[in-house]
Amino acid sequence: MRRALFGVAAIALVTIALLIPGRSALAAGGEVELEPADNDIGNVASLQRGARNFMNYCAGCHSAKYVRYNSVAKDLDLTEDQIVDNLMFNAEKTFETIEASMPLDAAARWFGQPPPDLSLMARARGTDYIYNFLKGFYLDSESPTGVDNLHLPGTSMPHVLWELQGYQRAVYEESAAGEGAEEVFSNFESVSAGIMSPEDYDAFVRDTVNFLEYISEPVRSTRRVLGVWVLMFLTVFLIIATMLKNQIWKDVS
Amino acid sequence: MARVESEAARPQNAFIRWIDDRFPLMETMRYHATEYYASKNFNIWYVFGVLSLVVLIIQLVTGIFLTMNYKPSSAEAFASVEYIMRDVDMGWLIRYMHSTGASFFFIVVYLHMFRAMLYGSYKKPRELIWIIGILIFFVLMAEAFAGYLLPWGQMSYWGAQVIISLFGAIPFVGDALVEYIRGDYSISDITLNRFFALHVIALPLALIGLVFVHIVALHEVGSNNPDGIEIKEHKGADGVPLDGVAFHPYHTSKDLVAIIVFLMVFFAVVFFAPDMGGYFLEHANFDPANTMVTPEHIAPVWYFTPFYAILRAVPNKLWGAILMGAAVILPLFLPWLDRSRVRSIRYRGWIYRTSLGLFVISFFALGWLGVQPAEGIYVNLARIFSVIYFAFFLLMPYYTTVDKTRPVPDRVVYHA
Repeated sequence: MRRALFGVAAIALVTIALLIPGRSALAAGGEVELEPADNDIGNVASLQRGARNFMNYCAGCHSAKYVRYNSVAKDLDLTEDQIVDNLMFNAEKTFETIEASMPLDAAARWFGQPPPDLSLMARARGTDYIYNFLKGFYLDSESPTGVDNLHLPGTSMPHVLWELQGYQRAVYEESAAGEGAEEVFSNFESVSAGIMSPEDYDAFVRDTVNFLEYISEPVRSTRRVLGVWVLMFLTVFLIIATMLKNQIWKDVS
Repeated sequence: MARVESEAARPQNAFIRWIDDRFPLMETMRYHATEYYASKNFNIWYVFGVLSLVVLIIQLVTGIFLTMNYKPSSAEAFASVEYIMRDVDMGWLIRYMHSTGASFFFIVVYLHMFRAMLYGSYKKPRELIWIIGILIFFVLMAEAFAGYLLPWGQMSYWGAQVIISLFGAIPFVGDALVEYIRGDYSISDITLNRFFALHVIALPLALIGLVFVHIVALHEVGSNNPDGIEIKEHKGADGVPLDGVAFHPYHTSKDLVAIIVFLMVFFAVVFFAPDMGGYFLEHANFDPANTMVTPEHIAPVWYFTPFYAILRAVPNKLWGAILMGAAVILPLFLPWLDRSRVRSIRYRGWIYRTSLGLFVISFFALGWLGVQPAEGIYVNLARIFSVIYFAFFLLMPYYTTVDKTRPVPDRVVYHA
């Protein structure tokens, strides 16, 4: 009985401790639903197009400082000459890593912060996020760049791909009527068309995201192939080990 | 010194014989393997001890190779990990084995501890084995925590920031203590360097030493079994327990099967899902540590989340830290909290079975709540499950006394 009382008293103490106020809770931000990127890192042609897009539209400002040109050539079935002729705009040797053409300190002055390195962006944020981000720029007259982004409000990145996508504006609508109603994002509406159709632009972004996923983990395809062999080896090993175990245990009763 | 050894027991091979005359080779082998008898009715729960050893070896070996290429400096750490992932031959495999190994270490150790709770393996005369095991668990947590800072990603940095700052809740000495641990006014290159030293030398040494004495203590009293019976009480004419079989070759051949099955699961993760949807490798940790930007949502790796949920369930920082510490330390006292006459759950009554079930549910629930934002319903749920967690331990002396046990058989239950 005394033990029970001790236990109950201890539980009461724990419960009281749980109710002492003082520490505030962490806040979490609301999120807009993301359209799936549906890219496929097994599609080498898409990766090659993505590499072209990346070097032409992203690498001016963004580095991919852990990625070497020659390893891209090898993984994307390109010759080093092809890489040198078509993709290396500011590097001398193929073993160099992808550096941004724009000096970082100048970039920091112009945009308030240097453009982030993109080597690992797909692993840090996910491919769906980047896909939606690149489609999420809309006109905003109050922003210094003239645009804002639905998925990263207040971004300092300008709409680099405006020429391809054109400009769009965000349409908002009232959420469920009654009190507490607020403006929620509904859809984008084209303001001026780009040189690409919306379908072509989606494909362009998808290829680019595909390349970003590849550079975030270049070994992704090879590890899956190697994994199958390792599991096959272990399966054979398992059969032999099970037979050995049964042989040894057969007399135990 | 001449040991009493019959000529028949001496090794045939001249070289082994030469060694054996100078080192207790065959004696050790017999004591710990060929003449160490453990119950023949071990079930699946009994493989997690040897699997912990397998993971320890994986971590030590991959760790050595990682250390050859890793740079413990705040300026180079993140880049050196990417160097391992991209430029070092098979570096990605070594790194994924190490990161996956960290999570699997906790999976097998948690299951190993649960086995002891199922079959009362911590009860007399195995209290010391249990205590050493809990110490191993403490060191393992410290080892994992120190190791998690090394990749120097956002979650490494801010996770360490949050956990180390908990010591600041201690009255009077808190702030000084935090500064002492970090070696600086914030987490910095200095902190990274000392955590590296702890992770690759101090804590692994402690771990290996404790694992060694864990096994020595186990072999002194003998292994428990799913029936919680002392097999030594029924010996044959030859002095061998009737229900025991030699560790080698019987249990070793069984363990080999278990090890291969384990490796299949382990490598399936390593090769096909090394980040496990952000649970084994957190997404935010692919951003290099940035002292100016706090991640939106700081959560420790999954194996710490049950305790983290308890910490956050308490509105007061000091009491939160105290309760979290208590939650980690309480299992140490299990041998004395548990007053049941029987060891195994097979012969315990419904009260203990229900309590253990509730404990498992609360442990999983707290683990899940630990990765949710600390707001609204989640906090209240975490409070409810925290109370269940503590009630399991604190009320144990009472409910294990009143729980009706069933008669324990003389011999272990075994179906060939």
